[in-house]
Amino acid sequence: MDRRALQSSLLDLVRKTSAELPDDVAQAILRYMRKETKGTTARYAMEVIKENIELAKRKSLPLCQDTGSILFFVKGPKGMDQLAFKKAAEAAVLEATKVGYLRQNSVDSITGKNSGTNLGPGSPTFHFEQSTGAKIDVRLILKGGGCENVGIQYSLPNTSLGADRDLSGVEKCLLDAVNQAQGKGCGPGILGVTIGGDRGSGYVHSKEQLLRRLDDKNPLPALARLEKNVLEKANSLGIGPMGFGGKTTLLGCKVGVLNRLPASYFVTISYMCWAYRRQGIVLDARGRIREWLY
Amino acid sequence: MRLDAPFTEEKIRALKVGDIVEIHGVVFTGRDAVHKYLYDGNKPPVDLSNGILYHCGPVVVKEGSEWVVKAAGPTTSIREEPYQGTLIGKFNLRGVIGKGGMGPKTLAACQEHGCVYLHAIGGAAQVLAEKVTRVRNVYLMEKFGSPEAIWEFAVADFPAVVTMDSHGNSLHKDLQSASTEKLKDLFAGIDAAKKK
Repeated sequence: MDRRALQSSLLDLVRKTSAELPDDVAQAILRYMRKETKGTTARYAMEVIKENIELAKRKSLPLCQDTGSILFFVKGPKGMDQLAFKKAAEAAVLEATKVGYLRQNSVDSITGKNSGTNLGPGSPTFHFEQSTGAKIDVRLILKGGGCENVGIQYSLPNTSLGADRDLSGVEKCLLDAVNQAQGKGCGPGILGVTIGGDRGSGYVHSKEQLLRRLDDKNPLPALARLEKNVLEKANSLGIGPMGFGGKTTLLGCKVGVLNRLPASYFVTISYMCWAYRRQGIVLDARGRIREWLY
Repeated sequence: MRLDAPFTEEKIRALKVGDIVEIHGVVFTGRDAVHKYLYDGNKPPVDLSNGILYHCGPVVVKEGSEWVVKAAGPTTSIREEPYQGTLIGKFNLRGVIGKGGMGPKTLAACQEHGCVYLHAIGGAAQVLAEKVTRVRNVYLMEKFGSPEAIWEFAVADFPAVVTMDSHGNSLHKDLQSASTEKLKDLFAGIDAAKKK
């Protein structure tokens, strides 16, 4: 792969992810906006959100100033040089920070010093996976701190919720998480959920659920039903956009499942804000963008 | 309605939960590091009295000799709940802009000292950046880095919703109790469906 071509492709991926919402998300926001009554603060919030989406795209600038955790999900064929990929991605992140597609957002947890470059231990984050095909599939999520802070992990059974180790128990966890988040996660939000796994794999997999399109359908019927129920019920809570009250509390709920230990039953929730920055590209052998994925 | 500088106690006391305002004047950004710094007894590098504090870590870049705001939406306010009430009283703040709302200590300080919580639209970094007409100054940049520094912004038509007023009312408190009641109903429905 040509290092310079790869770096420039990844810079373009970062720019587009930071400035433009994927079409499925923008459409969902419009659809829900129309459901809110004119003249209410809920409608007002959705209108400002709509205006912001248009403005960021037109100016090619960050939709939200919190350009968030930089999460790369990469699938490549056997023999793909992961270290070279990392180097190119880090160079792209550095450049994106200099030109203002990304905020200086990476802080040393001990000294409190901002690296100013978005580079440092764990930043950006890479999840590599080997694929069977020949192509390289690179997806990027930029996930802000406000919504990351309202993520939560439950261990079932949970007596205070009356949640057992079954899908009804899971449903209670998801609704409780939405109620606890109120407006703090910049709703209307999207839930990425894992049932099962361990504490670590649960969170990673819950973020992978956020790579799904909002309008897709879960291949497992029980989970498809759960997603639909949670979406409907969460939207009856009345929390509304930004926690102003209203009909639109969630835009989507995406649930995946991992096997678990007999002793454990985790329900892990990553809450994504409405500024749902997700984009992806397929690269050709030289590292140029062949296709946009969303 | 317009909220124009100077931000007098009288103007602030007239605001009620649910009012949509457009702010004209100067606001100071300040988030986690600044709150802890001031709370710990350090002197503010600029006079904040009768001022509005904005929970915001903007993207600002230098173009030539000018600072230019590239993105400037609110950050989650509740992290400042341990400090905010004290700072409102000590520095005579008239407004706090943020998102997600704040808790009982801040609400009590708003009532006691004549301050309001102004909820900006979270994530709307471009719409709000356009309302910053000029970067007047920046303080504590070396110490805390760009997102955590105090930026002095001149703003015009800056939109926000009053969600906590100076009369003890909080939209956040009310909505949370209503949604928690609703959640109980939903849980009862889930339990009933399971028994069938």
